[in-house]
Amino acid sequence: MNYAQHVLTHLRKDLRLEWRTKDSINGMLFFALLVVVVLAMAFDPASYPTMTRQISGGLLCVAVLFAAMTALNQSWARETHNNVLDAHRLSAAPASALFVGKALANFLFVMAVEIVLAPIFTVFYNLHPLGQTWKLLFILPLGTWALVVNGTFFAALSLRSRNRETLLPLVLLPISMPALLAMIQASTAVLTGEFEPTLWIKVLVAYVIVFTTACVLLFQTILSAD
Amino acid sequence: MPTMNDFRAETTENTATSAVPAIALDRVSRLYGSFVALREVTVSLAAGSSVVMLGENGAGKSTLLKVIAGLQSPSYGTVSIFGERPRDQRGAVAYMSHSTMLYDELTGIENLTYFGSLHTKLVRRSVLQEKAAQALIEVGLDPANERRVGEYSQGMRQRASLARVLLSEPDLLLLDEPFSNLDVGSAQSMITRLLAYVAQPSRSGLARTLLLTTHQAELARPLAQSTLTLSAGRLVSLIETPR
Repeated sequence: MNYAQHVLTHLRKDLRLEWRTKDSINGMLFFALLVVVVLAMAFDPASYPTMTRQISGGLLCVAVLFAAMTALNQSWARETHNNVLDAHRLSAAPASALFVGKALANFLFVMAVEIVLAPIFTVFYNLHPLGQTWKLLFILPLGTWALVVNGTFFAALSLRSRNRETLLPLVLLPISMPALLAMIQASTAVLTGEFEPTLWIKVLVAYVIVFTTACVLLFQTILSAD
Repeated sequence: MPTMNDFRAETTENTATSAVPAIALDRVSRLYGSFVALREVTVSLAAGSSVVMLGENGAGKSTLLKVIAGLQSPSYGTVSIFGERPRDQRGAVAYMSHSTMLYDELTGIENLTYFGSLHTKLVRRSVLQEKAAQALIEVGLDPANERRVGEYSQGMRQRASLARVLLSEPDLLLLDEPFSNLDVGSAQSMITRLLAYVAQPSRSGLARTLLLTTHQAELARPLAQSTLTLSAGRLVSLIETPR
């Protein structure tokens, strides 16, 4: 089997497990909806359309980030149950294929939540984007991948820690700050139409390339650790 | 001159043995904090050996298997598997522990097809599924069983776990108490399957090596070309089993 087939094997397995348990999707969806509804109640978006446009990019990112956190912890828990991870450590398949497969699965889960969340968000916050909305089709997947690839890596890193639920956000949030900032700025640019999002999209692309490469290269070390 | 902790097991039954030992441990110790699980264990097992490891609870049997598998590093000493570091032998070593190392939410055939695909160069899914089904049949499980592994009885889980390790066709098979949850009949059929397995040469042409731990020494006797005994982390003896 080549590398891509190994990745697909892991991805297919993770999708099947999620389809049967729905552990990640249900938790994420509930959490994200809760954040959106609570924040919509905190102020009246219809009365402040300009301010709403300015902050809604950030609100969406925060909702997605915190929701993703619940899924990221969950995704490796499956591998530690019954010590399945030890079977992976002994297998001849490339270790990084397991990581890429899992990161792709997490990406699809978070994107699925975003697809559900986006129309609800638009209605609740009465959003009328003034920029080029189609650019969100690049910004959201890029930003989501940036969060998910780091999150999947650091969730694996904190796997052997007793406080992994606490440890993950403590490590992930600071390191994801540039990606978060770029994602928020780029989506705000699209929603307000006040400035060009191109620079922030470039920052996001650079971040994704650097961190995806680093995570893929370092994952073997994480998996082999005692 | 060999010391009390220096043992060597050779096999004369299988002709396809290699000059390089399957397992070579040199003064291996493993510490968990201040607790010493293994104390300066030195042992060499030739390829083709079939060795049963005995010892009381806490003697260090499971730790020794994990160190050999490369799942834990020794605190001191060196481990070599077929002349290389354990981590360089990924795919050649299979380890069955107390845990099943299977996904509870997948069926037996789904689990085996998945793990089989990680160990084989076979691409076609239908061929993989056929091999996985055969592996399940050989341990007495029905591949058409729609029940998920999480719903299996303990004995069925154990057999599915054995099917997983055998499917990868390893050169070195490490089994940690494989008969612990099995009735006598199931244990006997597992022994028959293991005897057949070690009798065949591996894909690399080497004789297959088996090291298993058990508390049921009499039951495992057919598999024991040699018997290795651990006590309080020390290797007490490695003796050829009289036939």
